[in-house]
Amino acid sequence: MLEVSLRHDFGSFSVDVDFTAPKGVTALFGASGAGKTTVVNAVAGLFRPAQGRITAEGVTLFDTDKHINLPPRKRRVGYVFQEPRLFPHMSVRSNLLYGARFAPRDATGPDFDAVIGMLGIGALLDRRPGALSGGEKSRVSLGRALLSKPRMLLMDEPLAALDAPRREEILPFLESLRDAGMPVLLVSHSIAEVARLASTVVLLSKGRVIASGPTGEILSDPALAPRFGAGEAGAIITAHTAGRDADGLIRLETAGGPVWVTDAPEAAHLRLRIQASDVILSREAPAGLSALNVLTGTIRRIEEEADGRAFVQIAIGDEAILSRVTLRSVRALGLAPGVACHAIVKSVAVSRDDLAEI
Amino acid sequence: MLSLKVSTIAVGASLPLGVWVAALLARSNMPGLWIVNAIVHLPLILPPVVTGYALLLTFGRRGFIGQYLDQYLGFTFAFQWTGAALAAAVMSFPLMVRAIRLAIEAVDPKLEHAASTLGASRIEVFFTVTLPLILPGVIAGMILAFAKAMGEFGATITFVSNIPGRTQTLPSAIYSFLQVPGAELQAARLAGISVVVAVGALVISEFVARRVAKRIGGA
Repeated sequence: MLEVSLRHDFGSFSVDVDFTAPKGVTALFGASGAGKTTVVNAVAGLFRPAQGRITAEGVTLFDTDKHINLPPRKRRVGYVFQEPRLFPHMSVRSNLLYGARFAPRDATGPDFDAVIGMLGIGALLDRRPGALSGGEKSRVSLGRALLSKPRMLLMDEPLAALDAPRREEILPFLESLRDAGMPVLLVSHSIAEVARLASTVVLLSKGRVIASGPTGEILSDPALAPRFGAGEAGAIITAHTAGRDADGLIRLETAGGPVWVTDAPEAAHLRLRIQASDVILSREAPAGLSALNVLTGTIRRIEEEADGRAFVQIAIGDEAILSRVTLRSVRALGLAPGVACHAIVKSVAVSRDDLAEI
Repeated sequence: MLSLKVSTIAVGASLPLGVWVAALLARSNMPGLWIVNAIVHLPLILPPVVTGYALLLTFGRRGFIGQYLDQYLGFTFAFQWTGAALAAAVMSFPLMVRAIRLAIEAVDPKLEHAASTLGASRIEVFFTVTLPLILPGVIAGMILAFAKAMGEFGATITFVSNIPGRTQTLPSAIYSFLQVPGAELQAARLAGISVVVAVGALVISEFVARRVAKRIGGA
């Protein structure tokens, strides 16, 4: 667990944040300039806030009241920077082993063979960083941080500089780290990345925490949805793989009914992201539609926006999804909290990117 | 040949201090750093004779440091080849520091930060990351300093005079020959040697710097 509380005044901009990151992946989400990197640098010890307290896994890293300020090397947080920051004068192997020699003898962490196996970088060991591709550098940088046997991992948009195929190369490793129980603080401004990886979201704006909580709750909050970008906003629900139909579609079971998708990871339990703008609402069970997926639920909240549209939150079991509709539709259909309704999602709107293993 | 010894000792002895001062100037934000910077650069802008005179006042047998060295250690700089080395070191120091400082400033501090988050102390960061990356700059600084030391004349002749076999360096020997009618040939011979040494040093430095840069750049 990581507890962060810090205040710092930069003049034109100030940071004042308090949050707790439980086990698993915690995403720091916000627009550029929200103070995400400042927070992560403070946790790593590369930036010293004027006031605050930071504890990680029960160890106090920083406390202005008690005059504690551990230097970066004693904090033992593996920091994966936005750029790979590999040492150009060392081979990949030396880069990977750089942190290991400084780690205390009793520190636990994955061993060398496990890391190079997981990241698939065994063939690169004798090369120089200058001869690697962007995706390869990112993987080596992640491996280097892991092999320093850190208490936790900090990742400052490790995928931002990569194109989509390279990103797909790295994401599975981040998922396996999360599953291995390594606490991770992930800086991100991609809602898709957050939906896929994070168990907790801390929403930052202009140096303040706007909201924090479990990913499902934060992403399905209609009042917060505009902050994720109107086109990007969307909630996540749990789905269970139920088999493949004769025509190739994969059937997933959710609390609101079955969902068919064209492609899904091979896993029993999945996290399904449904973008708010892909959801059509209907009060009656739809008939004669090409859309296959109809989830039934109850409207919980409606947040109107200034532009004549609204985000509608539909409770499905104990989870919720979001739909973005016009205010005219809200009135025409008589949508209100407590009203039962059907949420229609096209199968092709759910892509492989919207599904992740839990 | 005395010149080679003097210059090598001068550069070798001042190198650790040069790297340290350059690192201080490049990375520290300690107040009063401009004073250090000014002192380091003084020999570059003062007339060499003035620097030599200052050395005489400080390290001469009755100088305010020199007298204690003489009294307690029985060691003098004045009118010894060690004095010539000291003069050469002081005169070439600014050039060495400037070259190394530029190299340090070119190293991305982000790499040093990365090393510190991986558990390295500041000294470990310096020796494992910064120093290997500035090696070409250090070599360039050494060669520059060496060339300057080989050619040093004003401060040397003021501080340790021009005693053949003891403090007579290559430039002061050339100067002496030129004072004697009919010794132009010897002077020209020595001038030729100094050209060969200088060009040789330059070629070696280029070669070494290129190899080091290649190793760092990694292909």
